[in-house]
Amino acid sequence: MLDAVARNTQKGIRWRSVVTESALVRRLAIAIAIAFLTLFLVLPLAVVFVQAFSKGLGAYLAAFQEPDAQAAIKLTLLVAAISVPLNLVFGLAAAWSIAKFDFKGKSLLMTLIDLPFSVSPVVSGLIYVLLFGAQGLFGPWLMEHGIKIAFALPGIVLATIFVTFPFVARELIPLMQEQGTSEEEAALTLGASGWRTFLTVTLPNIRWGLLYGVLLCNARAMGEFGAVSVISGHIRGLTNTMPLHVEILYNEYNFVAAFAVASLLACLALVTLAAKSFLEWRAGDTLSGRPGH
Amino acid sequence: MEIKVANVAKEFGETAALRDVSLTVRPGELLALLGPSGSGKTTLLRVIAGLEAPERGLVFFGGQDATGLPVQKRQVGFVFQHYALFKHLNVADNIAYGLRVRERARRPSKDEIARRVSELLELVQLSGYERRFPAQLSGGQRQRVALARALAVEPRVLLLDEPFGALDAKVRKDLRHWLRDIHERTGQTTIFVTHDQDEALELADRVAILSNGRLEQIGTPDEVQDRPQSPFVLSFLGDAARFEARVAGDKVLIGGKPVPVDAHGHGDGEVALYSRPWQLRLVSPVGAHARGVVAGIRRVGGSRRIEIHGAGKDKVEVETSLSIEPALGEEVGLEILGGYIFPVG
Amino acid sequence: MTSVLPAHIRFRRASVIPGFGITFGYTLLYLSLIVLLPLAALVVRASSVGIDGIVAATLEPRVLGALKISFGISFIAAIVASVFGLLVAWVLTRYHFPGRAVIDAMVDLPFALPTAVAGIALVALYAPNGWIGALFAPFGIKIAYTPLGIFVALVFIGLPFTVRTVQPLIADIERELEEASATLGASRFRTLWSVLLPPLLPAILTGFALAFARAVGEYGSVIFIAGNIPYVSEIAPLLIVIKLAEFDYTGATVIATIMLAISFSTLLVINLIQAWARRRFGNA
Repeated sequence: MLDAVARNTQKGIRWRSVVTESALVRRLAIAIAIAFLTLFLVLPLAVVFVQAFSKGLGAYLAAFQEPDAQAAIKLTLLVAAISVPLNLVFGLAAAWSIAKFDFKGKSLLMTLIDLPFSVSPVVSGLIYVLLFGAQGLFGPWLMEHGIKIAFALPGIVLATIFVTFPFVARELIPLMQEQGTSEEEAALTLGASGWRTFLTVTLPNIRWGLLYGVLLCNARAMGEFGAVSVISGHIRGLTNTMPLHVEILYNEYNFVAAFAVASLLACLALVTLAAKSFLEWRAGDTLSGRPGH
Repeated sequence: MEIKVANVAKEFGETAALRDVSLTVRPGELLALLGPSGSGKTTLLRVIAGLEAPERGLVFFGGQDATGLPVQKRQVGFVFQHYALFKHLNVADNIAYGLRVRERARRPSKDEIARRVSELLELVQLSGYERRFPAQLSGGQRQRVALARALAVEPRVLLLDEPFGALDAKVRKDLRHWLRDIHERTGQTTIFVTHDQDEALELADRVAILSNGRLEQIGTPDEVQDRPQSPFVLSFLGDAARFEARVAGDKVLIGGKPVPVDAHGHGDGEVALYSRPWQLRLVSPVGAHARGVVAGIRRVGGSRRIEIHGAGKDKVEVETSLSIEPALGEEVGLEILGGYIFPVG
Repeated sequence: MTSVLPAHIRFRRASVIPGFGITFGYTLLYLSLIVLLPLAALVVRASSVGIDGIVAATLEPRVLGALKISFGISFIAAIVASVFGLLVAWVLTRYHFPGRAVIDAMVDLPFALPTAVAGIALVALYAPNGWIGALFAPFGIKIAYTPLGIFVALVFIGLPFTVRTVQPLIADIERELEEASATLGASRFRTLWSVLLPPLLPAILTGFALAFARAVGEYGSVIFIAGNIPYVSEIAPLLIVIKLAEFDYTGATVIATIMLAISFSTLLVINLIQAWARRRFGNA
């Protein structure tokens, strides 16, 4: 019976879990996936920083001394500071009405909220040019009254709001639907006002999702290129956001400066990704984690 | 086919799921693996199936060592607790799956597969359900499809993991009889896992009782009930009251009074005496084996259960006829009519 | 507070929770002002051209060429992104290896990185003197400034969509299904192919459609690497920008309308796929 008592591994009995592939296949798949992701994700990110610092730290910092670069950074921050809070308020209102109530046409409303995701950024800019441009619907009237929307700050803000429109709402709706209404109903029966219920019951439950939605919204607002490019008119120092400034510098063959400004935007992306990982860990996988739909 | 498990041990990290388990399943037998959750019964079933690798010990199929044989080659029929039907395949395709995945040389022809499928559907009484998808079936129907799928591969042994666990009480009862019926018709060697002692005792030819990764006892339902080999088996199979007793010679004594229990094989000294509710009788406190106070009265079918405090080690239950109805708080005596003795421990 | 209307006529089911009127009203107002009205302006503009005008403008060779390039390359890129997306999602969900969490987080990079940054980074890599481009240059393969460059950028853009739509489904696969298949004698490859892959198909198709829709409209990451040669590597969104710069609003509108129509059909297809999957696999 000695045979039966010895460890099976010592008897040369090789065993592999039935719910996984052979070690060879596993290693091959991991290698292919890592190679692919390196090629398509890691290297593009790395090259931004390598190029930005290719002429040394001095050249890198010099790119930000330029008045045009500073104007672009300021404009980008301003645009985000206006559009993100507006979409935050909208996202909360939309999520509250959709997640906490039953009404007809709910799925249609959700589809409409998603609409900007499926519109090309260029088309997003175009629609505002068609409305407010010189040949646009309201163009002549605006011109008469001396109001500038297209090729000015209001146009840039509008286009940015459009492309970042669904982010906060998309993140909150599934989260609030999952949580249902029983906690709010409990608070109301205990005598809390509607506003107080929202602040003390709903908000703490959705705070991580809300934060993530705002981060995504902000990242896209600061980084939007196509829509803003169409509506801004590319006026240096006036209507140039950071991504547009990157383009101009790049087209002028000022690569170090272009990549320097780009590196700042890449850092924004990295912070967003890190925050997402952190929030997912905090919220225990309740974030939907899916881009787009 | 005879299935033999020899000295099998299995650990998950630090915790031992099976410790040195050996048992033999006879050809054509319906064996129940019975035990509380965490006893290792499902692990044992999965080791036999080849879904888990035992760290030590061997598994034999029909006298041949199958320990290193991969699950795909073991030819077992496994019915999972949640059925694990393939949702994207209809009933017929689910059942045919095991035949279709065979290599070309062993694969039956299309017509043969279709014939087997309709035969099996008839066996599980689901003819006409070929084109349904699992989502369109009730729990009991899914269970039957899962069984037909497992039988389709003509398994050397049929393994069922908590086959009735996910069903409601009424369907459970019906399926129990039906499974016994199928077993009798197919003569398939079958092992099923359950935590429900009624299910095991009613259905199985023999019952193997596990606790903490050890095999406590294996035997026919009568054997394990009439001759439990450990206090665990005894109390797992039903209520039992425990008393402190003493063996003196060939007599078992409680408080100096003899009890009609055989002391055979036990040396003199302290023992634990266990009695079923029907092995006790209410008597007057004077001169009784034990005394206590009536703490509760329940009606169970055609008899009465009296709960008595202070008489045994823990609570004591006595089964009486409906005509006897003591008052709550009344002091009563117990006469011990029979029981089982084990060393104190 | 009981309503006199029967339930099926009332617009909304009664609830004790306050704030429906104001939040719903605000949602509709904001949605109309920001999204619906401007899109309507586009449709009005396009309809003023008339069907004949739209057809004529579409058949203009340069427009037709740009649409073919945009849709053709997007289609191929979305297929490649779906195949690798499935592999990446599988590896990230099922295997454990050092650095897994970091790589998992990196998958969202194309989604978070501004497209202009992605654009110039891809050029720097795939240009003939770039890190990767230099590897191919000796064989006479040019990536940047050719349709191949557009393809690279669109795979980059589509990847997070294809990975993230299948990943949660892979995580939810019941272990019992794989075990059941193994006990029935199926090889591991057969199990993957016949048991695990079919239920993932709707999600794979959805991911493909999302990547495709995104790729068709993509502008920033493509224009730097595309070379933008009319009939060869000029994408439809760029043509809209060019028409606008030439003050040809009508031309721009027509291309935009076609692209919108196709994006919406894609959206519709996605919804149909998901509805079909729900019916077929229960609550999958």
